[in-house]
Amino acid sequence: MAFESLSERLQNAIKMFRGTKEITEEDLKAPLREVRMALLEADVNFKVVKDFVGRIKERALGVQVDQNLSPAQQIIKIVDEELTQLLGGTQAKLEVAPKPPTIIMLVGLQGAGKTTTAGKLALTLKKKHKRPLLVAADVYRPAAVTQLQVLGEQVGVPVFSEGTDVSPVEIARHALDYAEHMACDTILIDTAGRLHIDERLMTELQDIKAAVQPHEILLTIDAMTGQDAVTVADTFHKDLGLTGLIVTKLDGDARGGAVLSVREVTGCSVKFVGMGEKLEALEPFYPDRMASRILGMGDLLSLIDKIKDTTDLAKALEMEKKLKKDEFTLEQFLEQMQQIKKLGPLDTILGMIPGMGGISQKLKEANVDEKEFDRVEAIIRSMTPKERQKPEIINGSRRKRIAAGCGMRVQDVNRLLKNFEDSKKLMKKMQGMAKFASKGGKMLPFMHR
Amino acid sequence: MYGTKGGGIPVRRGAGERMSFFENLKQSLAKTRQNFTDRISELVGASAKIDEDFLDELEMILLTADVGVTTTEELIEDVRKAAKKREITGTSEVIPFLKKRVAELLRDDGVRTRISGHPTVILVVGVNGVGKTTTIGKLANYFHLFNYKVMLAAGDTFRAAASAQLKIWGERAGCDVIAHEEGADPAAVVFDALKAAKARDVDILFVDTAGRLHNKANLMNELAKMDRVIKREVPDAPQEVFLVLDATTGQNAITQAKVFTETTHVTGVILTKLDGTAKGGVVVAIRRELGLPVKWIGIGEGMMDFRPFEPDKFVEALFDMGNQAAES
Repeated sequence: MAFESLSERLQNAIKMFRGTKEITEEDLKAPLREVRMALLEADVNFKVVKDFVGRIKERALGVQVDQNLSPAQQIIKIVDEELTQLLGGTQAKLEVAPKPPTIIMLVGLQGAGKTTTAGKLALTLKKKHKRPLLVAADVYRPAAVTQLQVLGEQVGVPVFSEGTDVSPVEIARHALDYAEHMACDTILIDTAGRLHIDERLMTELQDIKAAVQPHEILLTIDAMTGQDAVTVADTFHKDLGLTGLIVTKLDGDARGGAVLSVREVTGCSVKFVGMGEKLEALEPFYPDRMASRILGMGDLLSLIDKIKDTTDLAKALEMEKKLKKDEFTLEQFLEQMQQIKKLGPLDTILGMIPGMGGISQKLKEANVDEKEFDRVEAIIRSMTPKERQKPEIINGSRRKRIAAGCGMRVQDVNRLLKNFEDSKKLMKKMQGMAKFASKGGKMLPFMHR
Repeated sequence: MYGTKGGGIPVRRGAGERMSFFENLKQSLAKTRQNFTDRISELVGASAKIDEDFLDELEMILLTADVGVTTTEELIEDVRKAAKKREITGTSEVIPFLKKRVAELLRDDGVRTRISGHPTVILVVGVNGVGKTTTIGKLANYFHLFNYKVMLAAGDTFRAAASAQLKIWGERAGCDVIAHEEGADPAAVVFDALKAAKARDVDILFVDTAGRLHNKANLMNELAKMDRVIKREVPDAPQEVFLVLDATTGQNAITQAKVFTETTHVTGVILTKLDGTAKGGVVVAIRRELGLPVKWIGIGEGMMDFRPFEPDKFVEALFDMGNQAAES
């Protein structure tokens, strides 16, 4: 999951507030230093860190001792609120022009992932029944036009290009006519990556802006950017007047500090985040949910959204019934795995479940290969229907037969059966949590004491 | 024909060349330095005594340069110790002291690029968007100018149009490019490229790779397989495995370096995009933690926009406090 190291360190810092009745400056010193370090390690801009820590300190000192919440819990609440604020407060949606077409310009440094993001955004819009048009205005990088054309084909969206000999300003202008002709309602202009200090190229962006009057100018920024993110975002904002941000590559090991800094510095909201290499992996950004995730409080809302997007509801209900009756079999185990596979990378999913952050970490350490799913599938498919219904009948000789059937070792079969038992227990636990969440909304694992 | 071949690469060391390189580097780093040194001179001017306030400010400056928390703390500790031992007495001595420390840390006496064997295979790794393909284009052109016969292998079969991009660079640099279609097995591309390199008597084969960090297991398998194929076809190869890092990247660069050193035998770092305002200070941390030396730097999109990395001058340019007015 993104923000992993930040998340871990922040949670450790928060654990340092313990057992005190009142919050004194002395109590805050060590934990706040940890918070500061955690943020700096995550590449959050130095000034932003300073302000952030200052605000937390101020609020923490003013805290009234409450009957229901311990000081530590109150501090979590403060950090959660401040973090949500830092991330932008509420979700910012894409601007839609009152009269189509909506014109969106994507700008940013080289290698930030503009072209890929353009493709992803086109797909997102298409899913929302829009008719996007991709415009190839990067005439400098070798094969950038080809890349956009390939992406356009993959997502099934038209691409407007005039090769690399026409000026980007002209291309953008011509694209408007073409969009009208094609009855496209959203125009996505992919501009060339450039340095914010390259005056000639920044002027070119201003010219495009003047020519097409875009409704959105989105800065695409790499989640792995360091302290420089602030300078970059600030310059782009001053020169162009940004309307929002898209943070890319916020998956894997990204520390993501840039997300926390750029929004604070430019005042522009993060509208989308790129969470993976697949074209579907562009998500709307929810500051509150992200704050919860960073603080290890999980993000059930996003998980539920994801499940809604990918799960067959009838099947899920049936599964739930069986779970309750303790009739969970390997058959369902297989089905469940196929569902999970659709949800996305495992560590991301687990990171969304409250209190599961640690497990997600372990998963990562264990270096889980998603291919493991295929292997498990092969093993289960080598069992007879009866064995799938009643795993307890699988004895030594059956194990041998199953192993031979799927071309794996008996140990692999053993391990699967053990995992099956474990997940049976885990799912019971999850069920309990889901119930809790549906009653109380957001859940803090530390709240019940 | 290949008279210049030997253990190392023929880097010209003429005085004129040196000047232009540093001028260029200085210019590229000018903006970087602006903030950085303005604050240092402010700092040095403000107080003459090395006290905790001064050290706090110094810490902030290093952190802002992406040097990272751990390395910064160590450097500050060095300053503190030196002050205690009276090796440095006033604030004005701190910057020269730090310059020396950091330059020492970055010094590398190894060969910049090892050309040996026939063909020499150079594997170029790094995450998406750091400039791998561009870097290969520049290096290919460079070695081509020195009369080496260079070939490129399009091992990034994942990203859309990655091989098209490499082909354009190959054309510019005047060397052959071996590519398969999108989604092909990178190891197969490498295999074909090695066969072709041998058949066409190629001196240096650059192998581009996909920068997919998302699935570590996949990445490792893919790179390991490429490595196996290379080793089987050319013993002693790959002679170099260059990790390309983007100077704008923050502390994540350390994670990247760790993952790739676990995956392949990385021999050196190429630091790109030093022509912006990014400081690239993370290479100090990478050198300290992983021992990886920086070999080359990228300072633009043009064919000639790269330079050998020189620690002294790099540090000098980074901390340089002169000529500020002229460059602003």
